[in-house]
Amino acid sequence: MTGAKPKTKSKTIKSGGLGQLLIPLTALAILVLFNLIRDPAFFSIEMATNNSGNSVLSGNLISIIDSASALAIISMGMTLVTAACGGQDISVGAVGAIAGSFFVKVIKAGDTITAGSVILGMLACILATIAFMLFNGTLVAYFRIQPMIATLILFSCGRSIAYWINGSATPQLNSPIIQAMGMTIPGIPIPTPIFAVALVGLILWLVFRFTNLRLYTQSVGINQGAARLNGINPPAVKLLSFALLGVCVAVAAVIGVSRLGQLNHKTLLVDIEMDAILAVAIGGNNLGGGKFRLVGSVLGAYIIQMLTTTLYAMNVAPVNVKAYKAIVIIIIVVAGSPVIKSRLTAMVNRFRAGRVAAAGKGAE
Amino acid sequence: MQNDAVLTMRGISKTFPGTRALDRVDFTLRRGEIHALMGENGAGKSTLIKVLTGVYEKDGGSIWVDGTEGEAHIHSPQDAQQIGISTVYQEITLCPNLTVAENMFIGRSEGAVVRWKDYEKKATAILKNLGIPARARQELSSCSLAVQQMVAIARAVDMNCKVLILDEPTSSLDDKEVEMLFSLMRDLKSRGVGIIFVTHFLEQVYEVSDRITVLRNGQLVGEFAVEDLPQVELVAKMMGKNLNDLEDMQLAGQKHEAGEEVIYQAEGLSSSDSRPFDFQIRKGEVNGFTGLLGSGRSESVRAIFGADRVTGGKVRVRGKETRITKPHDAMKAGIGYLPEDRKKDGIIADLSVRENIILAMQVMKGFFHPMSRAQMEAFADEYINALSIKTASRETPVGSLSGGNQQKVILARWLLTHPDYLILDEPTRGIDVGTKLEIQKLVLRLAAEENMSITFISSEIEEMLRTCSRLIVMRDRNIVGELTGDQLTQAQVMKTIAGGEQGV
Repeated sequence: MTGAKPKTKSKTIKSGGLGQLLIPLTALAILVLFNLIRDPAFFSIEMATNNSGNSVLSGNLISIIDSASALAIISMGMTLVTAACGGQDISVGAVGAIAGSFFVKVIKAGDTITAGSVILGMLACILATIAFMLFNGTLVAYFRIQPMIATLILFSCGRSIAYWINGSATPQLNSPIIQAMGMTIPGIPIPTPIFAVALVGLILWLVFRFTNLRLYTQSVGINQGAARLNGINPPAVKLLSFALLGVCVAVAAVIGVSRLGQLNHKTLLVDIEMDAILAVAIGGNNLGGGKFRLVGSVLGAYIIQMLTTTLYAMNVAPVNVKAYKAIVIIIIVVAGSPVIKSRLTAMVNRFRAGRVAAAGKGAE
Repeated sequence: MQNDAVLTMRGISKTFPGTRALDRVDFTLRRGEIHALMGENGAGKSTLIKVLTGVYEKDGGSIWVDGTEGEAHIHSPQDAQQIGISTVYQEITLCPNLTVAENMFIGRSEGAVVRWKDYEKKATAILKNLGIPARARQELSSCSLAVQQMVAIARAVDMNCKVLILDEPTSSLDDKEVEMLFSLMRDLKSRGVGIIFVTHFLEQVYEVSDRITVLRNGQLVGEFAVEDLPQVELVAKMMGKNLNDLEDMQLAGQKHEAGEEVIYQAEGLSSSDSRPFDFQIRKGEVNGFTGLLGSGRSESVRAIFGADRVTGGKVRVRGKETRITKPHDAMKAGIGYLPEDRKKDGIIADLSVRENIILAMQVMKGFFHPMSRAQMEAFADEYINALSIKTASRETPVGSLSGGNQQKVILARWLLTHPDYLILDEPTRGIDVGTKLEIQKLVLRLAAEENMSITFISSEIEEMLRTCSRLIVMRDRNIVGELTGDQLTQAQVMKTIAGGEQGV
């Protein structure tokens, strides 16, 4: 008798591979499923006409992806800083307010709002934000201050600086250009911020493709001493990660300002730092630095937004939303913890071994 | 005789995805014996220890421990400790900023009130009893590494351990400290403690052990009384070769004459950690820095590579004046450096074998010129084969490889950059005999066939005598002698280190 030999598979959940995305993908799937059961029409998309008479796609799904745009963009930058420095930047919300202020200030300097002045405003906004982020980066990279402490400075004073720049509480930007940037471009039914996320993602993908940013960042995050002995300049890599975060924050701020057509230095991107850190964590990235996946963080951002939208759709009172959010987040974070992960791996392996043994017996 | 056993392990098996780490291994430890556990890297020593201490769960087999009814069930390090199995690791796992007494009793208090005064008294008594030169109220970090290790042992012994596991305890100790540790081990032995001694130093095995168990490829080769197993046979058993093969691997007479061209020359080179020194190396020459630990030999080569802050001196590479202030400068000048501390300065643990191999070359190519994936894979495969690196795949994280294979990965990293001058600081530390010989042979071959200049540093003088044609002797951070030709004998090296002024 020639018993068929059972094939032994030996896969483990490891970080860096698809395994890292297991938890966020599962969480997303459960959220989607939950909503479908609760309300089969939850994800339906229809054409509607908005206030300015353009036909646009509308529905919860569009609204979730649209609203999460600023968070998704900042999460990508936060992932890079986390990977290189082993810590997080908590000033992104406050620096975002500064970024928005520069944007508005430069545009307001002209008499009318034109495409030229908006582009100039965006450039100024990006440069200014990079400068502020390099301040954070210098403290972290050269003075070796823990990221959370270093960025506490701008976290505290950023919104005051934002106020000084324009000197008024809520300057307005009334222009079809700004509206097109924050909502939809006439003729295109998809909200513009969604394109911004895709653009930032594409640019970062190209950077990874044509430079060694990923290898350098991961090396510095895992073992900066060894990285240095291989000719890498760890402080420069850390500074670069902050500069890229700066670009992300600037884009997110422009989205935030354009969406409302006005700048409120108190509420622009408020509390986004914590959601961004959370998105990085939910995405399965190690907050202590090292290996990372941007896709994970972006998924994290959409999970957080879908959760919020779901809760509002269930008519949970706004005061209570944060508490419910916290409960779900506890579950996701614990499910992704090393302890549960290794238990899960062991269980999967045992299950496979059991099946293999059973198959072996069956063959004899 | 079996009644004497404090620990009996039978048929222990452990499988990891893709590898069989332990295959029905037996191990017996008797009361009051020092039992060496020997094997090459990856032979299964660490896995066996980890099964015994509850870090890994075994897949099959049984463990009996004296004083425990029936089979012992060890599922966690706490379980192991409770039934009397204690481990002192290579790296000290105590808290350096607490006192000796606090370290000995931390986590062991009964009830809520901790009476440190009592503990200090107890600690003093234990230290005195075991002859450990430390005071109870001294901060642990102010003790030498050897004493710290002895404190860890004292803690284990005081917790009534029957089985004491010493995992590479001597790798960072000097001779005197090793002697101190050995007398403590003998003392414990006379008190009936069974000691499992894991080490790479063969001489040390013969100095203290009563019995030797040899593992190879996860299987038991055998258990031997020390007097029945001559050293050379032990090596053969560890490598799974017979003695004739081993003699073939002798390297005598393979040394190669260096060329005339001076590849690297330093005048008055100094760094934040080293005093000014002069040094030069010719094309195809293999030389070495020797001296006791702390004599400044590692600091000197670090200065050459720009690993520490360079503070002065003139450097010429191939006759041309060159500024080397950071590792990247040295790499561009064609210098490679394999650091002494592989874990801290060498590997990027979470990255794959592939990424670790191509790292230095990639950095030299520059930030904006990433290699293609196919190119990386080709290079990685080439060197995995050339150096026979044992790894599940080229995408395996390098941190999960055994020490010797990690070392080969770093070696591959530098060989890939084809340096003119390669500095190897302790490339053979903590790796098995077979790999050691491989690396020595490789050094000689690189010098002979590729005309590479190599500086080779090792704590084992025999190894340097075999490979180097010139030895620079250091003492107290100064170069005190240079030995060549007939002077290259162990006796002469010792004399120069010890302070005779010969050979200058």
